[in-house]
Amino acid sequence: MTLQKHIRNFSIIAHIDHGKSTLADRLIQATGGLTDREMKQQVLDSMEIERERGITIKAQTVRLQYKAKDGETYILNLMDTPGHVDFAYEVSRCLAACEGSLLVVDASQGVEAQTLANVYQAIENDHEIVPVLNKIDLPAAEPERVREQIEDVIGIDASDAVLASAKSGIGIDETLEAIVTRLPAPEGDREAPLKAMLIDSWYDTYLGVVVLVRIIDGELRKGQTIKMMAAKSEHYVDRVGIFTPKGVAVDVLGPGEVGFFTASIKEVADTHVGDTITDVRKPCETALPGFKPSRSVVFCGLFPADADEYDHMRDAMAKLRLNDASFEYEPESSAALGFGFRCGFLGMLHLEIIQERLSREFDLDLITTSPSVIYKIHLTDGTMIELHNPADMPDVVRVDYVEEPWINATILVPDEHLGAVLKLCEEKRGIQTDLTYAGNRAMVKYRLPLNEVVYDFYDRLKSVSRGYASFDYDFDVYEESDLVKMSILVNAEPVDALSMLVHRSAAESRGRALCERLKDLIPRQLFKIPIQAAIGGKVIARETISALRKDVTAKCYGGDVTRKKKLLEKQKKGKARMRMYGKVEIPHDAFIAALKMRETK
Amino acid sequence: MSADQPSVPGDSALHSAGIYVHWPFCLKKCPYCDFNSHVRESVDHDDWSRALLAEIDATAALYPNLKAASIFFGGGTPSLMAPETVDAVIDRVRQHWGKGDIEITLEANPSSVEAGRFRAYREAGVNRLSMGIQSLRDDALQFLGRLHNADEALKALEVARHTFDRVSFDLIYARPGMELADWRTELSEALAMAPSHLSLYQLTIEEGTAFWHQYRRGTFALPDEETAAALYDLTQDMTAAAGLPAYETSNHAAVGQESQHNLIYWRGLPYVGIGPGAHGRLPNGSGALATANIKRPEDWLKEVSETGFGLAETFAVDPLERATEALMMGLRLMEGLDIAAIEARFGVPRNEWLDEAALASLVSDGFLAAEGDRVKVTRAGQPVLNHLIGKLAL
Repeated sequence: MTLQKHIRNFSIIAHIDHGKSTLADRLIQATGGLTDREMKQQVLDSMEIERERGITIKAQTVRLQYKAKDGETYILNLMDTPGHVDFAYEVSRCLAACEGSLLVVDASQGVEAQTLANVYQAIENDHEIVPVLNKIDLPAAEPERVREQIEDVIGIDASDAVLASAKSGIGIDETLEAIVTRLPAPEGDREAPLKAMLIDSWYDTYLGVVVLVRIIDGELRKGQTIKMMAAKSEHYVDRVGIFTPKGVAVDVLGPGEVGFFTASIKEVADTHVGDTITDVRKPCETALPGFKPSRSVVFCGLFPADADEYDHMRDAMAKLRLNDASFEYEPESSAALGFGFRCGFLGMLHLEIIQERLSREFDLDLITTSPSVIYKIHLTDGTMIELHNPADMPDVVRVDYVEEPWINATILVPDEHLGAVLKLCEEKRGIQTDLTYAGNRAMVKYRLPLNEVVYDFYDRLKSVSRGYASFDYDFDVYEESDLVKMSILVNAEPVDALSMLVHRSAAESRGRALCERLKDLIPRQLFKIPIQAAIGGKVIARETISALRKDVTAKCYGGDVTRKKKLLEKQKKGKARMRMYGKVEIPHDAFIAALKMRETK
Repeated sequence: MSADQPSVPGDSALHSAGIYVHWPFCLKKCPYCDFNSHVRESVDHDDWSRALLAEIDATAALYPNLKAASIFFGGGTPSLMAPETVDAVIDRVRQHWGKGDIEITLEANPSSVEAGRFRAYREAGVNRLSMGIQSLRDDALQFLGRLHNADEALKALEVARHTFDRVSFDLIYARPGMELADWRTELSEALAMAPSHLSLYQLTIEEGTAFWHQYRRGTFALPDEETAAALYDLTQDMTAAAGLPAYETSNHAAVGQESQHNLIYWRGLPYVGIGPGAHGRLPNGSGALATANIKRPEDWLKEVSETGFGLAETFAVDPLERATEALMMGLRLMEGLDIAAIEARFGVPRNEWLDEAALASLVSDGFLAAEGDRVKVTRAGQPVLNHLIGKLAL
């Protein structure tokens, strides 16, 4: 049994690429959690996509045994948190499960917006924070400047920041020592009723749903019947363990400890991040604060490119959902795209990850429709509906007014790119609320409509700032807005999958841009095809694809048969990537173009 | 022959077939040409004659029961062949594959030197000459990289007409800057010579040719699609009025004067490929065996002298693919194709290779015409045939 005073629970806060995973790898290695043979890069990022993109999607923990300089052996629980704004709630629960954080900052890059948001969260959770300046062996490293920046921007003492290079193994022992000496031990009462926080959960083929928990008070052991307070469900615990990072069974988890249990839970969807777990027979009085049910903020339609793949896709969605309860879906049918699914995501990155996993792990070719946020449509009869599929927009005469969600965005950007970033925010209907400087970097705050952000804000921000701007946001409020449904008509027939809600002021330019893109993307056919953007019955933009006049091979003899047939095969493959819409073939790319389109050329 | 070397299994069934013989040499490579042609300082005609005969012998040993319906000397420039070689090849084909009436075509360049050999070719058995005149305009001939001028071509044509009963010639139109009026005049001049067969090709920029690089650099531009379509329409009108209607996308003939050899390709019948880079479609159950010969002349020659064949690759074309090929090639012919006949020949039901809904819609839109099981392309469909085939093929 581990004494509480020998436990340290900590998370690592870092911006993407600042070296969080590498530092975690080194800490695991230095404390002997894995043999060299078992060690591979980014031990904690077990998903292929996580490794490839260098990002963490699922929370993980590792229990390290460290013999400190004071001669005592400590249990260090390293909590690896997701590193993206889409997973802000998951991050907040991870942080709530720790007493302290390592703040890893690239000594050549300095503090980024996303780091900032997480540090503030850590501070709100009363964390003790140990700054670690990473990559100090890079020629461009400026530890002094970054130290000052941490003090200026974040307002924490960085004078005894650890200087490290996780890649080169510099400062690893110092980091471990700092965790032991500077972070507080967890509090908690072993005799009190069980009170534990659900940090994350995932599906394991052999074990079923594995639940990651932090014990606050009391004890969790095998054979106990526990209750999840928000889910209002009861489960018999059949296994309790810790991660070293391999899963190892233990008899009991006590206050301050982080570990896992299994309890024949069938689906990840039955567990909720942030939920409080207690003992059925001796329940705690109050649940832990801060619980929020997960809620999708971005929606889009996903359709199999090949209609025959629908069943396969449905199975794939169910499998993914087993492991990712924050991803929602329901069947949808579109006149243009056939049968598919309307899906909800935590954000654009989450959307991309799911899309990528479907195509990679399940070999599915997908068509994605324009992403949408949830609009509140207030009808003239006084009722309100939540709309996340523009195709479902009620008739305009029934609509009293529409509200859209706004966010508070924080953007950190070097001075020389500030102008471009401000211009972008204005273009996206943003309202500036704050502008301050930290060194040569500006921190600018904007209120922005979320639908502008999901549209192409990330890409544009990256491009206008040459990749230097970082961005973070949280939700603000719903506000009434002059939004209209823009329909796209191809050959005079509306294509439901291309319709979108846009602000009236942007409708014309967006409509024109979309018509132009479609003109390029839809191959010419035997008759001419008008492409129109319309609001209600009013056409606001129009392009025409002229009819195909000549497409015939002049010479075709014996030696050309094979070559011609290859051409035909290619043509057929292209045809498989088209959808007939009325008499017009629309390639899948056209639907994706609506998603990726740029307003300015 | 080792396992990874291409080989032909042979077939003893009786089939009518076209025999294609490729002569790969040219005095100069034309900038538009992507055929297998090579410029060499000297060619050992005896070696080449032996090699062509050897490949015919080797093929005949495996396919003894073919019946030659045609022989076609293509190139390259077959009018550079020694008449003795032409003679020997024709004799050898007749020995193996029949002595009856055979259409024997030779492609010729319209130069005075070559015109001097026309009589010898006729004596060797050639009964049809196909001349690469390409244009009746000197500036165009120069652009096309031809070695002859218009005057020379007309003289060679005269010699050909006195020597052969059947003479065809090729013209390339839709050249850079060409307008309807230009082509109207040039084509009327051509028709005034009363040929019995004409091949009229729109200039196509083929990958890897000199024109390909020039065109991509923007050295010249082709007529726009609208003009190209109008030029094509004009061609159809004028040739039909002159009694030489199109019987294929780019080929026109007086009734009965169609190229029997080329009809074999378009009707999906078997053909044998002899010589470097030649392709064959040999009988193989209800499917076919596709053969492609080694392209580089020296490599082909070496391979033939060692093994009897100059094969680069062979692959089986299954009945379904054969049906698709028949659809693809057959619609080029104005006679069209018979769906039921293709089903019967290759034993594959139409719903496996033909999109019947697309067929119905293209018929109702006037791009195709159907009479029972026979499907033909209409005047409206002709210039967009590739698109139609793309819609029809499954």
